[in-house]
Amino acid sequence: MPIEILMPALSPTMEEGNLSKWVKKEGDTVEAGDVIAEIETDKATMEVEAVDEGVLGKILVQEGAEGVKVNTPIAMLLEEGEDASALENASASSAPKAEESAAPEAAAEAPAAAPAAAPQPVSENEYVSPCAPVKIDVGQDPEIPAGTEMRNMTLREALRDAMAEEMRRSENVFLMGEEVAEYEGAYKISQGLLAEFGEKRVIDTPITEHGFTGLAVGAAMSGLNPIVEFMTFNFAMQAIDQIINSAAKTLYMSGGQMGAPIVFRGPNGAASRVGAQHSQDFAAWYASVPGMKVVQPYSAADAKGLLKAAIRDPNPVVFLENEMLYGNHFDVPVLDDYVLPIGRAKVVQEGTDVTLVSWGIGMTYALPAAEELAKQGISAEVIDLRTIRPLDIDTILASVRKTGRLVTVEEAFPICSVSSEIAYQTQELAFDYLDAPILRVTGKDVPMPYAANLEKLALPNTKEVIDAVKAVTYTA
Amino acid sequence: MAGTETKSTGGRSKAASKARGAMKNTPAIADFTKEEELKAYREMLLIRRFEEKAGQLYGMGVIGGFCHLYIGQEAVVVGMEMAKQDGDQMITSYRDHGHMIACGMDPNGVMAELAGRQGGLSKGKGGSMHMFSKEKQFYGGHGIVGAQVPLGTGLAFTNKYKENGKVSMTFFGDGAVNQGQVYESFNMAKLWNLPVIYVIENNKYGMGTSVERASSTTDLSQRGQSFGIPGVQVDGMDVRAVKAATDYAMEWCREGNGPYILEMITYRYRGHSMSDPAKYRSKDEVQKMKSEHDPIEQVRARLLEKEWATEDELKAIDKEVRGVAAGAADFAQSDAEPDPSELYTDIIL
Repeated sequence: MPIEILMPALSPTMEEGNLSKWVKKEGDTVEAGDVIAEIETDKATMEVEAVDEGVLGKILVQEGAEGVKVNTPIAMLLEEGEDASALENASASSAPKAEESAAPEAAAEAPAAAPAAAPQPVSENEYVSPCAPVKIDVGQDPEIPAGTEMRNMTLREALRDAMAEEMRRSENVFLMGEEVAEYEGAYKISQGLLAEFGEKRVIDTPITEHGFTGLAVGAAMSGLNPIVEFMTFNFAMQAIDQIINSAAKTLYMSGGQMGAPIVFRGPNGAASRVGAQHSQDFAAWYASVPGMKVVQPYSAADAKGLLKAAIRDPNPVVFLENEMLYGNHFDVPVLDDYVLPIGRAKVVQEGTDVTLVSWGIGMTYALPAAEELAKQGISAEVIDLRTIRPLDIDTILASVRKTGRLVTVEEAFPICSVSSEIAYQTQELAFDYLDAPILRVTGKDVPMPYAANLEKLALPNTKEVIDAVKAVTYTA
Repeated sequence: MAGTETKSTGGRSKAASKARGAMKNTPAIADFTKEEELKAYREMLLIRRFEEKAGQLYGMGVIGGFCHLYIGQEAVVVGMEMAKQDGDQMITSYRDHGHMIACGMDPNGVMAELAGRQGGLSKGKGGSMHMFSKEKQFYGGHGIVGAQVPLGTGLAFTNKYKENGKVSMTFFGDGAVNQGQVYESFNMAKLWNLPVIYVIENNKYGMGTSVERASSTTDLSQRGQSFGIPGVQVDGMDVRAVKAATDYAMEWCREGNGPYILEMITYRYRGHSMSDPAKYRSKDEVQKMKSEHDPIEQVRARLLEKEWATEDELKAIDKEVRGVAAGAADFAQSDAEPDPSELYTDIIL
């Protein structure tokens, strides 16, 4: 049976091309790999190599032909032992076969069309959110038994304790980063860890974020549970390819076979007077990526419980701390194993007039604002988001349905921020409950200035939160 | 293709002291047994036929997007596979089909993945550049030039951490060799003496740019010198040379001497990807490599010369592997596309 040589696709986007030249003529012997023709695509003139060996029996599309559709039969190749008479039998079957072979072409176009394809079949007018429809039950905070001792400690100590407990729990957990071992952390988060766990598990790295992040992701893929400390998340931009392309996407790209159980942690956001390159909140960057979890705690108790959860999580987790909070004191329950669910927001103060949603250092503006507003007779419900991805929108919506008003508070840049996402989802899912526009209080849309007065202006403050609440409650 | 002498500092062991003498040249090529020659012949031929078939399916529109063929470079991965032990890991770039076939991953699953079908090794969600196998210790298929180098170094980190005696084979090309993260990895690998073989597959062109036009120094085997990592150049078109060099490097790594660099001098016959007309090199250059250095023809000639196989027997092998490639193509074309419900699975555990 003669073999049909089809017009090949020679680029990801090619649908047709010009057959500019036949290099082989009818009757020529062809070996696999021989150039048989030249085809002009939208990009270049390409050589077409024979895949099979035989004799070029008949040329179906003459040279010079333009606009030849991909998969059109352009020639017939006679196999060993066949002669021209075989062509006659084949020509009858060639037409339907050409149509048949067009099917794979249509199939190959499917990936490009896939984003448009809805996750479930929907009627023409039904809108389907592009967000993953799968609801994960993240569970509730564990009960803290009555009479549980509370220890007052700094956020710094709570983070250290969380790592130490998890390193005791599993040999596969280790900490690596710049100055984490002998120096005990640039911000002293890893105090005492080298002494307890030794240099095998508490590892000082060279100043090479891209390299050691990739190395840690490789270690995670092959069975370890690394904690990577970035001296600050500003430096993680050097490594963001490994965090996103290697850590977050591997599970999906491998069809679920292989993932990266790894924690990336360190101080994030503005410190004090350190200028533009050292003052940025990256929550929205990481939270936009599927395959990633992003945690941004405020209190020491939440930080401890969530860091322990992050270390046990089978997914990559970006854990965003804040240098300004490291020395703050909080009560932390003295429990053997205090683990909190990632993806659960916490209503830290109930209220009726307005919902204040904040997280991380934003809480240092939201909480005093709520206190001041209470004095003025405005009852604010304060939600500490704690996790940015997966976003606990349900807790926010439940509150908004009650208060009818929403103000978000964060230090990051306003454009494409976490606040933007919360506002979007709230209007989508609770539009009819809103009595006022959603307002956001954020860092200003400028690189962080150095001068003390300008820096203060660039950051949000409590008064801005109060003003925003007064605007949405029409009490200004 | 003689390597230059390296000043290794890591040597206390047997392999290390042996290294000082041997390092001046590529490790001596040991003749293959009949079984080894036949195995190498079949494995290389399988990769070639598979890739030719993949190229054909691309032409038919069955395979979309990017498709980087390994034709011409078969001896590199087959020789290394013959030198590895169970549990040693492999990780490479986007030119990965040959590696997956060599380490025993199912050709049907590879081809179905290329076609984006549900029976693909990544359920059709990875594509040509992204397949993985825990069972075969294959860690991908990576699409960002050089990104697999720190990852492969991390595999070696795990080996040392777990003291499991395994070696990471981390493949990258002459294009990736100039990426910064490669040197960050070299530094840590030597600093911590991690068991990793860095395999530089030098096929002479990073996409369309020749090594000479991209690299300030072109003996890539010496790129580890400032870190104290020894390296040699190897005739990557001769499967025996590849195996001999890998045997040596494996021993070096397993004895705890840290990383080792093998620069495999090889050649890709096809363009960088499918839409590359390869105008940056002459037809004569390509033809010369094909006719004088083809890795498969070399083995074939030895098999015939030593009368270890007849023409008919070799033809039978060819027929068998053609059958495997054709079967994979049939499977890929008849397999269904992934169910739409797969869109939202495997994102997070």
